[in-house]
Amino acid sequence: MAGGVHMPILETKNLTYIYGQGTPFEKTAVEDVSLSIEKGEFIGVIGHTGSGKSTLIQTLNGLVRPTSGQVLLDGQDIWREPKKIRAVRFRVGMVFQYPEYQLFEETVLKDIMFGPKNQGLSDDEAQARAYEAARFTGLKEELLGKSPFELSGGEKRRAAIAGVIAMDPEVLILDEPTAGLDPRGRDVLLAQIAQYHKERGNTVLLVSHSMEDVGRVADRLLVMNAGQLLALAPTKEVFSQGEELERVGLRVPQITKIMGELQKLGLPVDPSTLTVDGALQQLIPLLKERRNPHAV
Amino acid sequence: MLSDITLGQYFPARSPVHQADPRLKICLTIFSIVLIFSAGNFFSLGLAVGYILLGMASSRTPLKLYLKSLKPVLFIIVFTGVLNIFYGTGEPLWQWGFIKITQNGLLNSLFVSIRIVALILASSVLTFTTSPTQLTDAIERLLKPLGKLGVPVHEFAMMMTIALRFVPLLLEETDKIMSAQKARGADMESGGLVQRIKALVPVLIPLFVSAFRRAFDLATAMESRCYHGGEGRTKMKQLHFGAVDWLVLLTAALALGGFVALNLAFPPSIVR
Repeated sequence: MAGGVHMPILETKNLTYIYGQGTPFEKTAVEDVSLSIEKGEFIGVIGHTGSGKSTLIQTLNGLVRPTSGQVLLDGQDIWREPKKIRAVRFRVGMVFQYPEYQLFEETVLKDIMFGPKNQGLSDDEAQARAYEAARFTGLKEELLGKSPFELSGGEKRRAAIAGVIAMDPEVLILDEPTAGLDPRGRDVLLAQIAQYHKERGNTVLLVSHSMEDVGRVADRLLVMNAGQLLALAPTKEVFSQGEELERVGLRVPQITKIMGELQKLGLPVDPSTLTVDGALQQLIPLLKERRNPHAV
Repeated sequence: MLSDITLGQYFPARSPVHQADPRLKICLTIFSIVLIFSAGNFFSLGLAVGYILLGMASSRTPLKLYLKSLKPVLFIIVFTGVLNIFYGTGEPLWQWGFIKITQNGLLNSLFVSIRIVALILASSVLTFTTSPTQLTDAIERLLKPLGKLGVPVHEFAMMMTIALRFVPLLLEETDKIMSAQKARGADMESGGLVQRIKALVPVLIPLFVSAFRRAFDLATAMESRCYHGGEGRTKMKQLHFGAVDWLVLLTAALALGGFVALNLAFPPSIVR
């Protein structure tokens, strides 16, 4: 590899998945998707409901076998040896939507240990992993001894996410991890995921319907539309295409839209600002300048 | 995937059989079964089978589907067929020790096999052309007289409807939970029997929890809409006994007449 700078961890080549092939209900969910994700990237996955993003991410860890095309993990086809597909699932961790519905063990700790134990780790190792994962997701230690069914909705969500993080996957895929949480819960969980990415340096794929969420944390955005890959590009670049996004049922973060309008009105602001904080940093000096035009 | 399983066997199409009143269809299915069992000779049996074939032909449902519905009972058909061959009476056509095959045995075997096939086909006509909701609706209406005896007919029908509605939901849920546990490395495809049963625990517990949650949610939703059972309840889809139904009924009457005539005119084909 040239210079060894680019090390794709996950790649897909002409990936296609057709549901119910050969029945009247046949539907192409993913069509001819080729993409490449670098090690350590934080990717936001966006797309309209039914755009194929859920199916796409499920092919990445071998839960769904593609109808045609390949998924490469570290350059190796994950379906080369179908019997070893479990090993792939440990390396590409997947947190489903509403993961709290998968909890089943007697205690939260045991539930988080389920994945590591399936990997073949000893009780001690699995327990150590569980404690660390609980820390990453902000799950209080005194909750670990409780039954998962005694926890609140938000705590259950954290416990379930910890159950996947505890397997220490090289790639972590989260499908709408903040769905159904209150605004504060969303912010905190998102910050924790960003923190996890920063500390571990792992690759993270975050599927979300919230443009604000992915705008805040993702390096690049993967945009799906009608089963096809519309774009895989730096976040700012994608959000500079507001009209194109709206055409496929998406939009840009509200603050990005406002900054775009302000620029059109002639203010010297960056139209691809992604966060409210970033906007404030530009707008406050402008306001001060306007109130006090000669002080500069 | 689990979601590939289709619930019931309803095959949507536009045909006179699909349009016919589901109550009539249930009655006629029972009628056909009665014909099959009271047929005494090949001629009347042939007429009963012909009547079912007429229903199949006018249902605009692929023949392949009907043949598929026979598959699960193929074993029973072959088993009873073969057994009947050896239980005939009269002059043996072929004998080996105590095993003997007679003409009467062969005929009996053929007769019984046709009966079972016809039975399955008759009920398939009903299930292929009637949606599960139509079926429960019709059953509720047909059983209504039992309500006078204190049988909670409406509640029974409502339970059936809800159960039917929950099957695809729970299948989808099972699929999701299985994927989630597989993503955590659960191994459901290998190992011995005990191991496989153990591997089901992480799927069954969340599934039960979710089924109860859905049941409570549904009960709350029904109560908040003041559901109080069947008393004084009107139907969104009224069942109508229309022109098609009279036509279908006419064919049934003709079939019955011909059947009785044939049954009396020819001697019984099977001798016990």
